[in-house]
Amino acid sequence: MFEVRWHGRGGQGAWTASNLLAQAALKEGKHVQSFPTFGPERMGAPIMAFTRISDEPIELHCGVYNPDAVVILDFTLIKTVNVTDGLKFEGYLLANFKGSPREVAEQLNIVGKGFKIFTTPATDIAVEILRRPITNTAMIGGLIKATGIVELESINQALTERFSEKIAELNMKVVEKAFEETRGEKV
Amino acid sequence: MSELKGWREIPIAGVTWKSSMETKTGDWKTFKPVIDQNKCIKCLICWISCPDMAIQWNGEKVVENYDYCKGCGICANVCPVKAIKMVKEE
Amino acid sequence: MSVRQRVMGLNGDEAVAWAVKQCDVDFVSAYPITPQTIIVEKFSEFVANGEVETEFVPVESEHSALSACIGAAALGARAFTATAANGLALMWEIVYIASSLRLPIVMAVVNRALSGPINIHCDHSDSMGCRDASWIQIYTENAQEAYDTVIQAFRIGEHSDVQLPVMVTLDGFLISHTLQNVKILPDEVVKDFVGVRKPVEVEIPGRGRIPLILDPENPLTFGPLDLYDYYFEHKVQQHEAIEKARPVIKQINEEYYKISGRKYGDGFVETYGLEDAETAIIVLGSTAGTVRYVAKELRRKGYKVGMLRLRTFRPFPYRELVEALRHVKAVGVMDRSGAYGAYGGPVYIETKAAFYDEDEKPKILNYIYGLGGRDTPPTMIRKAYEELLEVSRTGKIEKKMKFLGVR
Repeated sequence: MFEVRWHGRGGQGAWTASNLLAQAALKEGKHVQSFPTFGPERMGAPIMAFTRISDEPIELHCGVYNPDAVVILDFTLIKTVNVTDGLKFEGYLLANFKGSPREVAEQLNIVGKGFKIFTTPATDIAVEILRRPITNTAMIGGLIKATGIVELESINQALTERFSEKIAELNMKVVEKAFEETRGEKV
Repeated sequence: MSELKGWREIPIAGVTWKSSMETKTGDWKTFKPVIDQNKCIKCLICWISCPDMAIQWNGEKVVENYDYCKGCGICANVCPVKAIKMVKEE
Repeated sequence: MSVRQRVMGLNGDEAVAWAVKQCDVDFVSAYPITPQTIIVEKFSEFVANGEVETEFVPVESEHSALSACIGAAALGARAFTATAANGLALMWEIVYIASSLRLPIVMAVVNRALSGPINIHCDHSDSMGCRDASWIQIYTENAQEAYDTVIQAFRIGEHSDVQLPVMVTLDGFLISHTLQNVKILPDEVVKDFVGVRKPVEVEIPGRGRIPLILDPENPLTFGPLDLYDYYFEHKVQQHEAIEKARPVIKQINEEYYKISGRKYGDGFVETYGLEDAETAIIVLGSTAGTVRYVAKELRRKGYKVGMLRLRTFRPFPYRELVEALRHVKAVGVMDRSGAYGAYGGPVYIETKAAFYDEDEKPKILNYIYGLGGRDTPPTMIRKAYEELLEVSRTGKIEKKMKFLGVR
């Protein structure tokens, strides 16, 4: 079973990202769960979303404590949220970040811990293609590059089902560009 | 993260004690009211209608208190001279 | 079997909305409350898109929502509503009235803690709070079962032997907001399964048999005054009706299996690993999945543990429980609601009562857990099993009620 924790702020689409990933995995015949946790339901408040993907039916109904991958949609969250909490040994850490994985590790104080860190310039890609800083689909592209957890084609199908033709197309471009521009390093 | 307390260590009845003066409840609004002082006739209907006491009278004019305004828009809605506009927050 | 089913990614609330969509429901009236809101939002999308012919009436409170459903159901309509926690509490008087009027309304209750303090997360205090309202109560484990059970609920409640409203519960957030794999049956298959609601007939002196609905051609008064001369008799009729629901629930479970390939135990209890179990846990709702996961893990390590998911809580399956667990040495009953001043939680006391007259019975312990949405991970369940294994070895109970997971 593969578990992902998404960190975002209310309104940034972390829950949608988790749902899209789950729908994509569903198309590949996997068993999935996707759910959010809320604090106060309002724009701007930190939220988390979780995805579980498994070849077997998922019977667990509880929180995710040791994710295989953590995705940070908004890097400003690192000031108030412990984003690496519980991340598995040699787990994936993906950040919406314009610099190098090593810089991320330095800022989070996790150099040498052995996490596989990936960075995606998600805000830039989103603003360029969508004209709005909605980074969730870019981060999905980054996650696929880093982990190969689903095929790009599956995400494209999920996007087509969820959004109108035009929006789906734009988001597919976002996913593709993010896939290309995501880079990783074991730090 | 502070340590979470046990059931014997917290006050009963689920009461809380932090003053609202310490918590700015307006930090998440999407729209904020902007008062055009030139149009304002100082009738104070907005002041009395605001559910959060976030429109204040300072002796001379009505002033928005963005620390506590949640952007509900009642003030803009009740103003008889349409002196208040709801503007999207950045 | 073998109808082609469509696999969709739906959360529990959406799955319920889909079931209502396919069941040819005539009337829906509801008031929003987290975590039920998605049911009503999704269903109103279906209404707005013209995908259903349901009369959808938004009202100003839950009290009005169930009252409106009563009005519709009394006319012979198939009616549905949904609520949670304090919404259910607000409609409490109407809950009792609905069952006393013998109206087969189906209500989804998305389990959420009763205030106060205000808490929007999962526990069973809401549905447990009206367990004696003469409604049938079925607790579902996941989105798939929520979908399947809402469909079954119309058949169960509308059965001529039963004529009682049915509460289908699903855990707030854990199921309601969690997207999972859900197999959706084709529209015609569901429509065929639920059929059209056929009102029962009653024998009226001087008029013969007439349908039990509001009809100017055959006038009846619903909900008049009873004095001490007849109230008791009417209540005994309800006692009998809910007992008659027992075979119906089992029968519908089997019938549904034929069209879908899915059944939930015998409709009342679903067990795992009990054949040779020394200890077992009884649990309702989504946590049953976590308990099963831990039971499987422990069995792989050689521990003789099992579990029983209680699906139908009303009518309470005391015979099925005794049959399944009489040979077990120690049973832990998990209650997701409080037991203030009681001998134990609601499931615990009924379990203990079920075993009272038996010669062979396990040691029974109570675990109150998960109140206000307190997460219940495998580590907590493992701890419970460890304690139960100890009890099964020593036969000694140190403390009959424990709070699992409280600080």
